Amino acid sequence: MTTIPSGVYTAPRTTAVAARATDLSKVYGQGETQVVALDAVSVDFRQAEFTAIMGPSGSGKSTLMHCMAGLDSISGGSARIGEVELTGLKDKKLTQLRRDKIGFIFQAFNLLPTLTALENITLPMDIAGRKPDRAWLDRVVETVGLAGRLKHRPSQLSGGQQQRVAVARALASRPEIIFADEPTGNLDSRSGAEVLGFLRNSVRELGQTVVMVTHDPVAASYADRVIFLADGRIVDDMPNPTADQVLERMKGFDAKGRTS
Amino acid sequence: MFRTALRNVLAHKARLLMTVLAVMLGVAFVSGTLVFTSTLSDALKNSAQKGYDHVDVVIQPHKSDKTSGNPGAAALLDQRLLDQAARVPGAASATGTVSGFTAIADKDGKLIGGGFSTRGGNYFPGQDGKDARYPLRDGVAPHGTGQLALDAHTADRAGYKVGDTVRISVDGPVREVKLTGVFTTDDGAVAAGGSLALFDTASAQKLFAAPGEFSEIDVRAAPGTSQDALKTAVDKVLPKDGAEATTGKQLADEQATSIARSMDSMTTALLAFAGIALFVGIFIIANTFTMLVAQRTKELALMRAVGASRRQVTRSVLAEAFFVGAIAAVAGLAVGIGIGAGMRTLMNATGAKIPDGPLVVSPTTVLVSLGVGIVVTVLAAWLPGRRAARIPPVAAMSSVHATATTKSLVVRNTIGAVFAGAGIAAVLVATGMADGKATMALGAALLVIGVFILTPLLSRPLIALAAPVLRAFGISGTLARQNAVRNPRRTAATASALMIGLTLITGLTVIAGSMQKSIDKMATSALKADYVVSMASMTPLSPEVAKTLSGLPEVTASSPLSYSPSRIGTDQQSLTGVNGKDIGKLTQLDFSQGSLTGLGGDKAVVDETTAKEKGWRTGSTFPVTFQDGKQGKLTVSGVYTGNQMFSGIIVDNTVLAPHQKTSFDNQVLVKTADGATDATKDALAKALGKNPAIAIQDKKDVSDGLAQMFSTLLNMLYGLLAMAVIVAVLGVVNTLAMSVFERSQEIGMLRAIGLDRRGIKRMVRLESLVISLFGGVLGIGLGVFFGWAAGELVSGSLATYELVLPWGRMGLFLALAAVVGVLAALWPARRAARLNVLASIKAE
Repeated sequence: MTTIPSGVYTAPRTTAVAARATDLSKVYGQGETQVVALDAVSVDFRQAEFTAIMGPSGSGKSTLMHCMAGLDSISGGSARIGEVELTGLKDKKLTQLRRDKIGFIFQAFNLLPTLTALENITLPMDIAGRKPDRAWLDRVVETVGLAGRLKHRPSQLSGGQQQRVAVARALASRPEIIFADEPTGNLDSRSGAEVLGFLRNSVRELGQTVVMVTHDPVAASYADRVIFLADGRIVDDMPNPTADQVLERMKGFDAKGRTS
Repeated sequence: MFRTALRNVLAHKARLLMTVLAVMLGVAFVSGTLVFTSTLSDALKNSAQKGYDHVDVVIQPHKSDKTSGNPGAAALLDQRLLDQAARVPGAASATGTVSGFTAIADKDGKLIGGGFSTRGGNYFPGQDGKDARYPLRDGVAPHGTGQLALDAHTADRAGYKVGDTVRISVDGPVREVKLTGVFTTDDGAVAAGGSLALFDTASAQKLFAAPGEFSEIDVRAAPGTSQDALKTAVDKVLPKDGAEATTGKQLADEQATSIARSMDSMTTALLAFAGIALFVGIFIIANTFTMLVAQRTKELALMRAVGASRRQVTRSVLAEAFFVGAIAAVAGLAVGIGIGAGMRTLMNATGAKIPDGPLVVSPTTVLVSLGVGIVVTVLAAWLPGRRAARIPPVAAMSSVHATATTKSLVVRNTIGAVFAGAGIAAVLVATGMADGKATMALGAALLVIGVFILTPLLSRPLIALAAPVLRAFGISGTLARQNAVRNPRRTAATASALMIGLTLITGLTVIAGSMQKSIDKMATSALKADYVVSMASMTPLSPEVAKTLSGLPEVTASSPLSYSPSRIGTDQQSLTGVNGKDIGKLTQLDFSQGSLTGLGGDKAVVDETTAKEKGWRTGSTFPVTFQDGKQGKLTVSGVYTGNQMFSGIIVDNTVLAPHQKTSFDNQVLVKTADGATDATKDALAKALGKNPAIAIQDKKDVSDGLAQMFSTLLNMLYGLLAMAVIVAVLGVVNTLAMSVFERSQEIGMLRAIGLDRRGIKRMVRLESLVISLFGGVLGIGLGVFFGWAAGELVSGSLATYELVLPWGRMGLFLALAAVVGVLAALWPARRAARLNVLASIKAE
């Protein structure tokens, strides 16, 4: 087993940081049943970069995302979104932070069935009581190719279309960072490819920062960088990945999993 | 299957809680009613039985004559008959009794016992000089008109001791008498809080009947003589017709039967309200099971996939309902028994004494309560159970959530429209019919059913009306509105539950308000007199009262209204005697022919109904048999429109006076120089000796009295309907809690993308408010419609009827609906706000 000390992976490009974890730890339970989900993880998510987080089941990849996104509490270390430190924030402030600075795309159940596609897209702005930026909204809708379907309700859209609405919703409020949790997990490969394409375009063309948790090497290959987690630690950081490279790296975990 | 059902009940404890509570409340109402009424009934029967302990055979005037008074009949129960009865073979003794109304003032001059049962009677000493019915605790038996004895309960309550002077009133004038004795009695009315005053027989006869006359003769059997044998002996000495003998046992039985009958009607009325509460409960039960089935679609499909038949699936749902019903029914029965016991304590505490007796929980009560709870629950779960059976096994494999509500409402709406349309038509037709009660009831039932069926359709447009207001609450308001119309059936069932209660409450309020106004108008518009003087107990007044009043300097005009039985041909007909000279100044009657002028001599005015019936017009002459049996002739001098106070044949008092054995006035109308002022009222009261039993009412007092009566009645009905509203609140809580559970993923997502806890809480609260107000608006609307329709029905017989819309009250009911909404949302909203974001997003 190759041990890689944390904090080694410094940024190859010197751009601003959208989110940063420093010695971030997350522990569930107490005493005998204690489980360390994250063990002093330090990582930077750079602006206008598409990062994928990978790792076998139970590696802590989802936990890392939840902690960074202010959805889960932090046991130790620090997590920052832009200049804001998440540790110690009360629920009210955290909620505001999520509303104003973070976009979300979930695996399933992303949309409110009672709202139209457009209403779902503008939901975060409606919650904040802000008027959406019309021109930006049009551009986002254009980008995800939903122009003709804005009046439809989620039940009238296909799974891929629904997830594109979710992508548009995350983009519409111009958050500092978008977290996507297995966004293609419930989609067929063609729809999945479309959604991933939009995420990549949003980074390339709109300058959006995206962090995505996935277990699919093909999905990860759309990213600018892949971070691998195992047993709550970062074990690898791969820039400009291809699907084959990622698959090879993942096979290593499988082999390790079988032998250990 | 049974085990699965039981497991399901246990697994969904929290979600079934509201259902159990709803059924429990309904059952508690039913069993509480049954326990309370059977306890009360038993206690009353026992006390009635006790009242006949000293009596073996009772001689009473013939039934038909007792009530109407037979003109021309002679005194029946006199001393001669009493002596004869005492001497028949097998008789040990005979007691002659007379009784009547006797008001007793306490030391502050107020009426004791609130007029509930204030009776007077005679102390009838036996051979030993004592009356076995009324053992004396203190003092001696009363003698002469200036003395009386009081029951111990009343004497103690008022603080009277032997030797005190007591102010009493029998028929008007106040008498001051000396208290010579205090006795104990097991008389039921006294045990229940009434008062009993005893005089010696001669005085009692003078006060309550006529000298030498008894109202009843009680005969005791000598040892060894049966009641029946004694009755046969007594029968032989009775005058041919007019009096009859009855055994004590038979009378006790009769009284028990009549108590049972009156208790039955009370039980029926209470059970009707319990039924309403249960009916409201049905909506909640059906809603709960529909939601449970929808949430368990996958599980039920899996059961089907592994081989359960449709029937088994239905049965498992019904078995679940059975368990829920049984648990709720047992709890409800226990609560009901508590209510029954509590009611007695409560009533005893408020002064209405109930005779002592054991708490009666009959097997019928237990069976009915348990049966009602279980049957209602299982019936309500029947449709959801059928729906569960229709879930295809393949649903186990698909990940889609239940889509039970996307089914078209077209069929439902058509049926609903037909019902509602037919209902409205029937109600409208009924308002134009002479006797449209049955048609209207049918129409009302159809309309309510139609509205139930149509509520899902109505929910969208009606709730859309609230959109502008809700938008002011931002995204929470918008989401609340959409959530409220998202599942129209569920919203409809929840709102319907509230609608039922509010329909009844509003309808009753409209009817009561309109009736009150119209009766008020009737009572006061025809009245020119400043005061109406009458006995508080509605018993007749002594003629002295009218005489005293007419002699006062303040009084400018006065007239007694006295009623005298008479016969016209073979028909019994009451004649109203008035002071013909003054009556025109005291009333405002509408005459279609003739007038009141010069009423006197053989002249009579008759109301239109009587005139029409007899074919009389001004100038018609008719023969009449007066109370003493003498014949006379009267001539119609006018035809008027009858009202609350005046109806039938009105003649001058001088016509009646020579024919009346004893003269009593029901009311005296008085007009004074200064009109109705406090000073005048005081002067009148003073002239009448500040009598607690006499009511001197001006027009406002009459109106206030009516208003008081109606508001007491309404408050009672509100109280009884409150249970239905409480059950409806449980329904709203239930729907919201289950909706929050179903939508936990959505709520998690909303929290993740930035809606704070307050926003979530507000969303749930507003949804609750919208649903409640929807039910409230429907209920108030239907209530007003029914109130109007019922009013149209009675307006035919009540000329002054006019619809009064109680806007204030209606606003209050709407506010009540809003409060219901806010209260019902407290717990579900809290729950929704506390949901763990991650856990709820992940939940599948």
